[in-house]
Amino acid sequence: MKLTKALLSATALCAAATTAHAVDLEVTHWWTSGGEAAAVTQFAKAFNEKTEHNWVDGAIAGGGSTARPIMVSRILGGDPMGATQFNHGRQAQELVEAGLMLDLTDVAEAEGWKDVVHPSSLLDACTLDGRIYCAPVNIHSWQWLWLSNSAFADIGVDVPANWDEYVAAMPALDAAGIVPLAMGGQAWQSSGAFGVLAIAIAGQDAWKAVNIAKDADVAGGEAYAKVFDAAAAAREYSKKTNVQDWNQATAMVIEGKAGGQIMGDWAQGEFAVAEKVAGTDYTCLPGLGVNAVIDTAGDAFYFPKQDDPEVEAAQKELAALMLSKEVQVEFNLRKGSLPVRGDVDLAAANDCMKKGLAILESGNIMPSGDMALSPDTSGQIEDLMTEFWSSDMSAADAQAEYAGIIADAD
Amino acid sequence: MTRVSHLTTADAQLQGPKGPKPKRAFSGANLFIYGTLIVMSLYYLLPLWVMIVTSLKDMAEVRMGNIFSPPAEITFQPWVKAWSEACTGINCDGLSRGFWNSVRILIPSVLLSITVASVSGYGLSMWKFKGSEVFFNILLLGAFIPYQIMLYPIVIILRELGLMGSLGGLVLVHMIFGMPINTLLFRNYFSSIPQELFKAARVDGAGFWAIFFKIMLPMSLPIFVVSMIIQVTGIWNDFLFGVVYTKPAIYPMTVQLNNIVNSVQGVKEYNVNMAATLLTGLVPLVIYFISGKLFVRGIAAGAVKG
Amino acid sequence: MAVTDHGVDHARREYAKPPIKIFKNLSSKIAAIPMILTATVIFIGCSGWTIVHSFTNSKLLPKLDFVGFDQYERLWSSRRWLISVENLFIYGLCSLVFTLVIGFLLAALLDRKIRFENTFRTIFLYPFALSFVVTGLVWQWILNPEFGVQSIVRGLGWESFTFDPLYNSDIVIYGILIAGLWQGTGLIMCIMLAGLRGIDEDIWKATKVDGIGTVKTYLVVIIPMMKPVFVTALVLIASGIVKVYDLVVAQTSGGPGISSEVPAKYVYDTLFGRQNLGQGFAASTMMLVMVVIILIPYVYLQFGGKKDQ
Repeated sequence: MKLTKALLSATALCAAATTAHAVDLEVTHWWTSGGEAAAVTQFAKAFNEKTEHNWVDGAIAGGGSTARPIMVSRILGGDPMGATQFNHGRQAQELVEAGLMLDLTDVAEAEGWKDVVHPSSLLDACTLDGRIYCAPVNIHSWQWLWLSNSAFADIGVDVPANWDEYVAAMPALDAAGIVPLAMGGQAWQSSGAFGVLAIAIAGQDAWKAVNIAKDADVAGGEAYAKVFDAAAAAREYSKKTNVQDWNQATAMVIEGKAGGQIMGDWAQGEFAVAEKVAGTDYTCLPGLGVNAVIDTAGDAFYFPKQDDPEVEAAQKELAALMLSKEVQVEFNLRKGSLPVRGDVDLAAANDCMKKGLAILESGNIMPSGDMALSPDTSGQIEDLMTEFWSSDMSAADAQAEYAGIIADAD
Repeated sequence: MTRVSHLTTADAQLQGPKGPKPKRAFSGANLFIYGTLIVMSLYYLLPLWVMIVTSLKDMAEVRMGNIFSPPAEITFQPWVKAWSEACTGINCDGLSRGFWNSVRILIPSVLLSITVASVSGYGLSMWKFKGSEVFFNILLLGAFIPYQIMLYPIVIILRELGLMGSLGGLVLVHMIFGMPINTLLFRNYFSSIPQELFKAARVDGAGFWAIFFKIMLPMSLPIFVVSMIIQVTGIWNDFLFGVVYTKPAIYPMTVQLNNIVNSVQGVKEYNVNMAATLLTGLVPLVIYFISGKLFVRGIAAGAVKG
Repeated sequence: MAVTDHGVDHARREYAKPPIKIFKNLSSKIAAIPMILTATVIFIGCSGWTIVHSFTNSKLLPKLDFVGFDQYERLWSSRRWLISVENLFIYGLCSLVFTLVIGFLLAALLDRKIRFENTFRTIFLYPFALSFVVTGLVWQWILNPEFGVQSIVRGLGWESFTFDPLYNSDIVIYGILIAGLWQGTGLIMCIMLAGLRGIDEDIWKATKVDGIGTVKTYLVVIIPMMKPVFVTALVLIASGIVKVYDLVVAQTSGGPGISSEVPAKYVYDTLFGRQNLGQGFAASTMMLVMVVIILIPYVYLQFGGKKDQ
């Protein structure tokens, strides 16, 4: 056995003079919850087994808002990691512009990403001046409402089929000592939930006018006033959540302590880890059951430039591997996200993922906030939303602030 | 800050109470004094007690019980888990990694900062030159500048030196920010050494370094210990610099602790969290209990560092 | 900085002759290089660099594209910054008052020739050895409404008792204050105790003869005598307050909402998270201004004090 291995590596060495030595590639990401860790392990496993390089895990806990500063300051500080997660779009835009990221265009061409990546907007978000700088690995959509079937069984009400029915059931849930809407304390959660409400209630056109065209009049207008009113009403039923992390809030839904949660499809990973079955234990409503649309946010890996050709080769191998069919399936099944390739078989997918795939297929998709707004603007909106959800700020005041942020957005 | 020299002699003064003598053992005044002290002691001791008992319970008991009650059944499992199994991401090697990182950061940082500060303090007290006091005063004022204003430019400096994200970079940062207080400490200490000694050595032809190594060092052990205590606790407890200037693989223990406690996989394991918290606090606590009065002296001076 | 004490002035007079040549006292100059570099490059250079760049619209990368006071205008119209400053103000004021009062009270009690003085002192001081991260996490646990103080009191039969500072925007800053006081009061107690021990015992005899009560003696005679100690304590507490960061990060991460944000966290988040360097630099410059405002009266007091002597 050992001999074979030795022989193999010897031939490999002779065969290609360019064969890289094993490189320890540090990969930073903020996937630390149970489902996320299980998913990222798939990348690590594939990279360790299929290449001669080593995955050095650089998980940073506390969510993207904690992790990104660390990643950015390391890249800027001249101590780049081998690869790093970002939500593709504007988060890494300036880093790319500053020439700090590895150009992956040749990998993309060799692997035919242009043909297999679906929807193509994912790849556009990685592209600057015709060059590709990131490897999208999944599609994550915020537009989901997760409901606990057992909570609704407790109060003797059918599991709602849309947001309005859910709102109608909230007082009963509350009276039964169940938290109607679980909402974790971290800022990005309240901001994300607001975005979901906006698309469901104000509609896609209004959302696009605000987020893409940065139209402050629409942000301060009537359609959005309804969104703020709905959020203010929902806020009253989320006050007793008392947890910080999104996955703790999801756990409340899993245990039936909360009626539901607005959260992206990554929540699915938590249900999977808890061995819950979609349809019987929990129900998922894309687009809050109002407007079945999914946004195509997602995670992508960027590969900071390093002046070492061996490292560069390993980086490119990892990029190619992350988008390979098998890894895409293994990773996304655990992550609860949708694969970025239209040509993989997700027979093992559960009901909720299939719903998502169907919507993706139908083309009812839209860009994500991360692609449209700069980190600075997103940050200001997060500040506003987290304050709004956790205080008694009136809907009108919040909307005025919001319109102001949109007016100043770049 | 003016009174630092006065504070460094605090421990001597702590010995003799100067207040009026209480009259009788059970007077109302006594009752008030001991009553207040005991109530306050409870406030200070409570968190330590809670940490200890929580870390010795299993999760079932934590969930049911009272956080103040002693464990019905003592288990060391949370300690084992906190030390060697707790996860951040897919690294499940517990706090032990952070502990050793902190040790690797601590030793060179303490040695370097004390060496630099003692030599600077010595120069400032015995070998003044034109402008030395000006630089010294800038250094002291610098102790009050919020670190935030220097965070980013230091990133640039470390990048240019090729030290960003390395142990060396963090060691340098600790040396820089430990300099004001420690230099002050050494300067005041060396200034209090009788000048005759210095004169005699000069007459004998001893120079800057000879006097430092042969005369000053042997008689300044206590101040070295004080300075060491300040640096060890300060560096061990640092969070901001660890988070800004290092990377996950070499995170110090405080940063890793915050990561472990604030990243949840499934249920929050409060007992493991408390064991981890205690583990992180253990090093400075041990130093505190061993060093006793020197610690008091050290922090009274070190407090300037903020 | 009137740190120049006895002995040092001697040294200056007798040994430091005016340096004629640069090579004079060369070893000393070489030995002072780290100090000089730290003072000039880091403390002056880096602060100056940040102040200059606070007038630019630097985003992810610093660039000298000046925009006047735009960053400051945005800063002072940002709700989060205003809340941060307000929190700092509340936290700072309460922390100052309580630390001084508790510190002095404990020191005075310990100074009453009591038994077990060392034990009590050890108990009051040990939290100071612990980091803010540890402090924040312990108090997060004690103040957890599900398991901590609130549930204990409810368990005792007072069902409606509510004490959940970390989950209530209105009082969260006091939850942080409780933890901060726990960590920091011991130090001030120590400094006060040292101050009390420095007071001549004859004072007590004199006031006794005059028939002045104990409490009155403290208020009227002792405290005024300890003015320098109070000033030192004040500066220590104040300069520590501005830097409050780790405690908040560990205990609440700024929540609920943005109700426990502090300026130091705003700086970190805008600099590194929001990729808006200009804004972060403006915020950190404002922090410096706050410190300067605190320090000016102190330096002035010191200066005035010297004249009296």
